[in-house]
Amino acid sequence: MKDVKCECGHVNPHGTVLCEACGKILDEEEKKKQLLDMRYEGSARRSQTYSKTIIDKIWNFFSSVKVGVWLIVITLIASILGTILPQKMYIDLPPEVYYEQEYGWFGKLYYQLGFHDLYGSWWYLLLIAMIGISLVICSLDRVVPLYKALKAQRVTRHEGFLKRQRIFGINTLVNQQDIDIVKERLKQKHYHVREENGDLLAEKGRFSRWGPYVNHVGLIIFLFGGMLRFVPGVYVNENLWVREGETALVPETGEQLYLQNNKFILQHYDKEKNKTFEKALERAGDVVKNYQSNVVLYKRSGEKIPGEKPKLEKVKDYKVRVNHPLTFEGYSIYQSSYRSEMNSMTFNLINKKTEQSFGELTINLQDPKEKYDLGNGYSVKILNYFPDFEFAKNGEPSTKSRVPNNPAFIFRMTAPDKPKGETSFVAIRQTIEPFGDNTYKMAFKGIGTKNVSGFTVRKDSSLWVIIIGGILFMIGVIQGAYWNHRRIWVQHKNGEVWIAAHTNKNWYGLKREIEKVLEDTNLGNPEDQLQSETTDKEGV
Amino acid sequence: MKKRRLIMRSIILAILVAAVAYTLYANFMKDHAQKVAVGNQAPDFVLTDMQGNKHRLSDYKGQGVFLNFWGTWCPPCKKEMPYINNQYHQFKDQGVQVLSIDIQESELAVNQFIARYKLDFPVMIDTDKEVMTAYGIDQLPATFLIDKDGKVVKSTTGEMSEDMVREYMEKIKP
Repeated sequence: MKDVKCECGHVNPHGTVLCEACGKILDEEEKKKQLLDMRYEGSARRSQTYSKTIIDKIWNFFSSVKVGVWLIVITLIASILGTILPQKMYIDLPPEVYYEQEYGWFGKLYYQLGFHDLYGSWWYLLLIAMIGISLVICSLDRVVPLYKALKAQRVTRHEGFLKRQRIFGINTLVNQQDIDIVKERLKQKHYHVREENGDLLAEKGRFSRWGPYVNHVGLIIFLFGGMLRFVPGVYVNENLWVREGETALVPETGEQLYLQNNKFILQHYDKEKNKTFEKALERAGDVVKNYQSNVVLYKRSGEKIPGEKPKLEKVKDYKVRVNHPLTFEGYSIYQSSYRSEMNSMTFNLINKKTEQSFGELTINLQDPKEKYDLGNGYSVKILNYFPDFEFAKNGEPSTKSRVPNNPAFIFRMTAPDKPKGETSFVAIRQTIEPFGDNTYKMAFKGIGTKNVSGFTVRKDSSLWVIIIGGILFMIGVIQGAYWNHRRIWVQHKNGEVWIAAHTNKNWYGLKREIEKVLEDTNLGNPEDQLQSETTDKEGV
Repeated sequence: MKKRRLIMRSIILAILVAAVAYTLYANFMKDHAQKVAVGNQAPDFVLTDMQGNKHRLSDYKGQGVFLNFWGTWCPPCKKEMPYINNQYHQFKDQGVQVLSIDIQESELAVNQFIARYKLDFPVMIDTDKEVMTAYGIDQLPATFLIDKDGKVVKSTTGEMSEDMVREYMEKIKP
């Protein structure tokens, strides 16, 4: 593994195909070809030239474009698999139940294989990470030798190099004047012209060669931004429900921010006020105009341990509407949902026969009192409260949860004529009198509801990184797509003047440019060796 | 020259591998977030019991604390409560304290529950789920065993038998 010294004196790394300086062919295989493979300037993509240690072997694996393409293909196929059935964040049943119930054996298999959370699975992340690694190594392995080769290139090139360029021509009778004209014209066309012993190298748009690498840097930054989201505190996306009149801790703010919900407002379009849309509104029914929560944001001051009442300092009042979030210190609180919750129940204590009322009581379902005194010797005691009532398996009344979805009570009603009281079980549309016929009854009068605002708390500090990555990505694409790297050699060889040219794309444009440059001179247009070859074949 | 290249490659690969490993680790931790791990200091809290007495966990240094989270509506909680109450009487003079925390229920429901099961240990209501959040609980009942130095010795969710309760209290006896 020795470096190769070219006859021009330049020392090339092992594995170089074309001398970086003069372009002489160093690889015997390449000599047999009529045209040169100019990719990466014939520089030594080192990884492909030797592998020794484990590190080199890993490096070489990721340096292969073939491996990179396969990684992308596998990731694509995996991503497709994740779209066959809904992912776990879009289902409202426990996944172990949902998939089998909805999709049978296939659903069960899908769940068992872990495809219900495919995009969060370790192997999917690993695939993405491997694409990232491949991107970094592929780019490094190519951009460094390419940069070195382009930097080391000399004006005077080896005959074999010029002869094997796609565009090549020989002129025998030339005077210096014509070459000077050509040089001037090339400069006018914004070529950077270098001269050495009367030989010319005109070059432009070299920076377009860096396009793909700028693009890759953008992609890597983009992936890095995605990775940042896993750092605690960088990316927050949480739901927060706050009842009217209550204050709740905003999640993921380090127990710093508290949100008080003063009022939830729901407005509809009014048919009377919007005459123009009367018909449409009639057809559509209620159309919501505004979802709004009037909130106050507080910040905690001082230390606090859980369970302690926090000391709060008001930060600001705000009316949170759809698309008008409350923003503070990088957090955005969006209006995203609402629900109406049963909050209180009102009963009348009546005499069953006469239907005479002895007073009314309203029970707060979040915090019921033990005893309600109605005056004149009438009172009602709650013996048992079931916020989410059901009959348990053993037939006993019980509650499913602490949420008042289906409240039920066991009351003891005391009246002057019933000093020991009467017991009654009351649920929605149901009254049971366990100890025989009662004189009194808790007549249901109404329910009170309370609105609960649903907020989404968001914070995304990684967004800027992702945007910068995206911008660089596009710059790279534009750089590589809209500019070409063109080189024209005009050189004296064996008393003749040889003209050769190379571009990384848009050969037609290059040929047109050479035509213009050589117009009205003794220099003849060089030939496109690739095209003449194919036309020859067609001619036969 | 060749050595330098090997070092460069090793460094670049190490950085990439570290980034990938961190991402995978963070992703794994997100799913298996356990806020209070065994061996860690138990998060301090202050709650007021039904008699109006304040209980601060750090005030119980020097005693073992049997910390139980529950709800009146949860059937396994109902089952294990009498066991805890029995063992509380056995161990309270041996330096084991029972603190039991109801999650966000009404005083009425909790008081009726205490009366029905004749519970003698302090019962507190975590009105804003703050303590529950601090301990990262999502299933009831949940029990944390805290030793005399305030360290978590064991945590468990689900119903306990009386033998388990006894064994656990034995564990945290100072």
